[in-house]
Amino acid sequence: MPPVQTEEGLELLRSMWRIRVFEERVGALARANEVHGLIHLSVGQEAVAVGVCGALRDDDAVYSNHRAHGHALAKGASPAKVLAELMGREGGLCRGLGGSMHLVDVEHGLLGATGVVGGNIPLALGSALAAKLGGSDAVAVVFFGDGAVQGGIFVESVNLATLWRLPVLLVCENNGFAEFTPRSAHTTVERVSDVVAPYGIARETVDGNDVVAVRDAFTRFLGAARAGEGPALLECLTHRLRGHYEGDPQRYREALAEEEWQRLDPILRLQRALAVEGGEFEAEAREEVEAAERLARASPFPPASLTAELAYA
Amino acid sequence: MATHELPYIAAIEEAIREEMERDDSVLYFGQNIATHENDPFLKQFGGDRVRVTPISETAEIGMAVGTAIAGFRPVVELYMAEFMLVAMDQVVNEANRFHYMSKGQVKVPLVLKAGYGFTCGWAGQHTGTIYGMFTGVPGLKVVVPATAADAKGLMTAAIRDDNPVCYFHHYLLTLEHGDVPDGEHVVPLGRANVVREGADVTIVAIGWCLGKALAAAEQLAANGVEAEVIDPRTVAPLDTDTILASVAKTGRLVVVDQSTRHGSVAAVIAAEVADAGFGSLKAPVKLVTALDATVPYSEPMEAYLLPDEAKVADAVHQVLGNAPVAA
Repeated sequence: MPPVQTEEGLELLRSMWRIRVFEERVGALARANEVHGLIHLSVGQEAVAVGVCGALRDDDAVYSNHRAHGHALAKGASPAKVLAELMGREGGLCRGLGGSMHLVDVEHGLLGATGVVGGNIPLALGSALAAKLGGSDAVAVVFFGDGAVQGGIFVESVNLATLWRLPVLLVCENNGFAEFTPRSAHTTVERVSDVVAPYGIARETVDGNDVVAVRDAFTRFLGAARAGEGPALLECLTHRLRGHYEGDPQRYREALAEEEWQRLDPILRLQRALAVEGGEFEAEAREEVEAAERLARASPFPPASLTAELAYA
Repeated sequence: MATHELPYIAAIEEAIREEMERDDSVLYFGQNIATHENDPFLKQFGGDRVRVTPISETAEIGMAVGTAIAGFRPVVELYMAEFMLVAMDQVVNEANRFHYMSKGQVKVPLVLKAGYGFTCGWAGQHTGTIYGMFTGVPGLKVVVPATAADAKGLMTAAIRDDNPVCYFHHYLLTLEHGDVPDGEHVVPLGRANVVREGADVTIVAIGWCLGKALAAAEQLAANGVEAEVIDPRTVAPLDTDTILASVAKTGRLVVVDQSTRHGSVAAVIAAEVADAGFGSLKAPVKLVTALDATVPYSEPMEAYLLPDEAKVADAVHQVLGNAPVAA
């Protein structure tokens, strides 16, 4: 792990603990049927969300996917509003109309999470073009998994992004599994970053469980995009500790051995690098998530009148 | 009102040009547009706003949705309506849902301009009348202009609307001339037009079928039957009030739609009238639609499949009880 300043390192650690504790609580609430829909958790993948979003501004656009909670929190969304959304409440980010897979928080630049694999990629191109036309140095970032890369939408978008030199950063969270099947069942190309090679796009594959490596590589690409040098692809090799969705029996893979996960866990790795104990950060995150849950529970369910009110803009 | 005469397609272009002049946020994307430096749109508005795209409908439409989310007003030229099918997720599952699912945090002011119904030997994949596939999709508006004036007024309204609008223009109307009001001309979305008044029967006719219905109405008038002809103009949201009011007056309804019968807006209109206007009906509703079949290449076969003036007049005679009701 590359060196990191202690102050910044502690902030990255705090942000990862927030996501870890939040996601674990969401899992518990899903099992208790208090979060009632389809839920995809990002436990284990926190370093990607934090390493990327921590470097962004509120006027940078982020598009997320079905596994969106970590991205939303890392981009600055209120944990209480995210949790209220997952609980279908009026006080949620989207008043309970979007739910887990469709978090939107315009205030913090989270322009949208979409639930169809790859469907979000061209939307980010649009935000990037808008920034360029508006004369801003803002960028657009889109998170997708390795499963999205085999879709035509990915190739179409990479082609257009490079053709128009758009300030869009494609962040692939390669957790080795596209939903329920390993990458080897989808393609013969091992590295996602190799798929884009012919386009001449800046590209790199990093250890996605190393938050500092993610942050450093992303920051380089970000600087280039802000300077008008066009798009880049960052492939982050990571591990999805939980199933594709909550309740997934995961018959398609064996659980990682505990000692293996201790070695890989992005949070423990950063703690080792910083030579800190995580206890106080975990406790702080727990307090924050408990407070968020109290606020979410206090929020009513949305009124039926919203359907007509928001049918058209 | 002072007017100027324009072909249908030129009326559409006039609307796009005037809106681009009026509002810098209007962008124009499309395959094979602006292919040479003398292209009038490219010359007037420049390559930032007028952009030729690769044959990548999914990225093209998705990128346009993203610019709309970011505050621009893109118009996407798709040429053939079927090309939108390549990018269906972006049209019916992304563009249309963002406003609602974000509790209104974002808007998607987007126009998808697509030609349809080109039944003149273009065979099965370039002739579909497919607006019915986009009606009933929450969040989408769908317009189907039948005249040059409406073509301009609906395009202007579509560009100014804060929602994604599928704008379907009929290829067989491309060079049909019509009088277009001078100056700013906006036809509000969601409002039907009573094109011809009459007390005996209501004929609702969509897009290209309006001409067939009006011709049939003239023929019927010669026999003493006065048909009221309504052009919905916008099929989503549908102006059912205007249709129901007419049926309350006439008691008889024929709906003419070039779509395949079971994917037609005609079927939706018939259902709405059965649901809310059954008490007014003196006869069963008749649908004059294309058959549920792929449009064939052969010219006489095309005609066999499609609505025409004679089929409309025949349907009117049936609802009037002047002819046996077809099975």
